[in-house]
Amino acid sequence: MIGFLIRRVIQAIVVVIIVMLLVFLLGHIIPGGAARAALGPRASKVAIEGFNRANNYDRPLIVQFYLYLKNLVWHRYLGYSYHFNQGVTNIIEERLPKTLVLVGISTVLALIVAIPLGVLQVVRRNKPVDYILTGVSFVFYAMPPFLLGTLLILYFAIDTHVFSVEAPQGQTVGAILSDPRALVLPEITLAAITIASFSRYMRSSMMEAMTEDYVRTARAKGAGPRRVLFVHALRNALIPIVTLLGLSIPAIVSGAVITETVFNYPGMGLLAVQAAENTDIPLLLGTAFVATLATVAGSFIADVLYAVVDPRIRYASR
Amino acid sequence: MPPGEERDRSGSAWSDVPSVEAVGSPPPVGAPASPGGLGPEGGEAVSTGGMLRQIARVFKENKLAVAGLVVIVLMILFCWLGPVFYHTNQTNAQEALVSSTAENAPPGGQNPLGTDNAGFDILGRLMFGGKNSLLVGLAAAILGTAFGALYGAVSGFFGGWVDAVMMRIVDTLLSIPFLFLLIVLAVIFHPTAYWLIVIIAFVSWLVPGRLIRGETLTLRTREYVQAVRAMGGSRRRIVLRHIIPNAIGTIIVNATFQVADAILLLAALGFLGLGIQPPQTDWGSMLSDGVTYAVSGYWWEIYPAGIAIVLVVVAFNFVGDALRDSLEVRLQQR
Repeated sequence: MIGFLIRRVIQAIVVVIIVMLLVFLLGHIIPGGAARAALGPRASKVAIEGFNRANNYDRPLIVQFYLYLKNLVWHRYLGYSYHFNQGVTNIIEERLPKTLVLVGISTVLALIVAIPLGVLQVVRRNKPVDYILTGVSFVFYAMPPFLLGTLLILYFAIDTHVFSVEAPQGQTVGAILSDPRALVLPEITLAAITIASFSRYMRSSMMEAMTEDYVRTARAKGAGPRRVLFVHALRNALIPIVTLLGLSIPAIVSGAVITETVFNYPGMGLLAVQAAENTDIPLLLGTAFVATLATVAGSFIADVLYAVVDPRIRYASR
Repeated sequence: MPPGEERDRSGSAWSDVPSVEAVGSPPPVGAPASPGGLGPEGGEAVSTGGMLRQIARVFKENKLAVAGLVVIVLMILFCWLGPVFYHTNQTNAQEALVSSTAENAPPGGQNPLGTDNAGFDILGRLMFGGKNSLLVGLAAAILGTAFGALYGAVSGFFGGWVDAVMMRIVDTLLSIPFLFLLIVLAVIFHPTAYWLIVIIAFVSWLVPGRLIRGETLTLRTREYVQAVRAMGGSRRRIVLRHIIPNAIGTIIVNATFQVADAILLLAALGFLGLGIQPPQTDWGSMLSDGVTYAVSGYWWEIYPAGIAIVLVVVAFNFVGDALRDSLEVRLQQR
C-alpha cells in the first residue's frame, strides 16, 4: 500500500509540474503580449515598459520561469488581477470553498440517485422501466447544463416560485449553506448530467457483476435474491464506480463553470468567466491552475479509495 | 464519457442473431480477400468492403441507429438546403426587421418560430447558426480524432520512454477541467470559426489518443506487424499502413462520440459568449441570447436551439453506440 501511495503521489506531482509549465507558457504566448492584454490596446509605450519591468517580463524566459516557480511555491503568488485590483491568490481563496461545496453536494446527490437507478434498471432489465430510464439518461446526457438550468429557473422559480432564481449570494460557506431554497436548483442542474452517465455505467457494471461466478455460487448456497443483489452483486459493482468518480471530476468541475454562470453562484467557475470577460489573463490562468490542482487532488483521493476498496489494485501495482 | 458504456448486449438487437456470419451475404467468389488472390498483403489494408457491410447491417438491425442517422441527415439538409427555400436576412438586423413582424414576435404568421430580440427570424436563424454548430462539431471531432489516433499509434508503437513522456502529457491535459482549458484558449486566441475548430480539437484529441495507444499495444505484437518489421518495413509504414488501418473501427466509433461532445463544447462556449462572434452565430450563442428574454416570457427564443442541440447530440450517441456494438461483434469473430 505504501509503495502504491508513493507511486501515485509522484504521478500527481509530475502532472502538477507540467501544468505549471503550461500555465507559464500560456501566459507568454498571448498575441500582443501580456502588457497589452492588461493595459489595453491604447496603453503608452512607457506604461508597457513599466508593466514589463514590474512583472519581470523583460528578463530572459528561463529567469522568468524560475521567478514564477519561486513565487508560486514559496509565496503562493499567482499574479495580480488588474481588474479586481487584488492578488489572484486572495480572490481564489475566497471563491474556492464555495465551488467545493457546490461540487461536493451535487456529486453526493448524483451518487445517491444514480446507484439505485442503475440497480433498478438491472432488476427490471429489458422491461419498460429500463427502456424509459435509458431514454431519459440519453436526453439528459445530451442536454447542455445551461439549458437545463434555464428551464429549471423558468418553471420552478419564475412560474411557480418554489425555489429562488439566483444561487445564494452569501460571503461565506456558512451563509451559502443557510439558504437551501436558493441552493436546490444549482445542485440539481449540476447533478443531472452526472446522474445520466453514472446510472448508465452503474447499469452495465451491475449487469456484469450479475453474470459472475460468485453470484452463481451465492445463489447455489441458497442466498435469497435480495441478498444476492445487494450484498454480492452491488458491492462488487460499486468498485468501478469509484474509478468513474475519479475520472469524472474534470467534467464535474467544468459543469460547475456553466452552473455557476447560469445561477450567478459566486464560485471559481463564475470567477473564470468574469476573468475571461475582462481579459484578466493572470486571474484566468490562476483559476485554471487551482481548478486543476483540485481535480488532481480529487482523482488522487478516488484512486486511493479504489485501492482501499479493491485489494487487487494494491497487489497488481507492486 | 458517453452514457452507454455497454458491455452487455442481452437486450440489443444482436441477441436473436445466432451467428453474424450467417446473416451477412456470402463474399463473392474470387473476391480480393480470398487467399491466393491479388488482394492486399496480410494486414496491409483492412478489407473495407466487409466493414462497410458490417456497418450497413448494424443500421438494418438497430432502429435507434437508423433514427439517429435520419436525424443527422435531415439536420444537415435543413441547415444547408433550408436557406435555399426559406430566405431570411440573418446578418443585418435592420433589413431583417423589414421582413419580420417585430422584435420578440411570438411564433406564427410571417415567422413560424417567432423572432428574437434583434428581430431575426428564428427558423432562419436556426439554419444559419446550425451550419456553424454542425461544421465546427464535425471538423473539430475529425481533426481531434485524426491527431489523437496518430499520436496514440506513435506512442504505443515506440513504447519505452517515448510512450511514457507522450502519455504523461495526455494525463496532464486530461486532468485540467476541459472547460477551463477551452476558456483560456478562447480568450488568448480571439476565436473565429476556424480557431474554434482547432481549440475544440485541442481538447478532444486526448481520449482517442489514449484509446488508440491501448489498441496499438496489442496490434504491434501481431504476426503481420512482426512480418513487416522482419522484411525491413519502415516504422512510418508500419504505423500508417498497418496499425492505423487496423484500429480504424475504434477510431470511427470514437469520432462519432467526439462529434456529439464537440457540439456540446461549442454550445457551452457560445453560452459563455466565447463562441462564434456576431454577426455569425451558433446554436449555443442563440441559446445564450435567448436566456435573458425567455425569463421575460419569450419562451420561443430558447426551445428551438435547445431542442436542435439535444436532438443532434442524442442522434450521434445512438449511431456511436450501434457502431460500437458492431465493432465488438467483429472483434469476437476474430
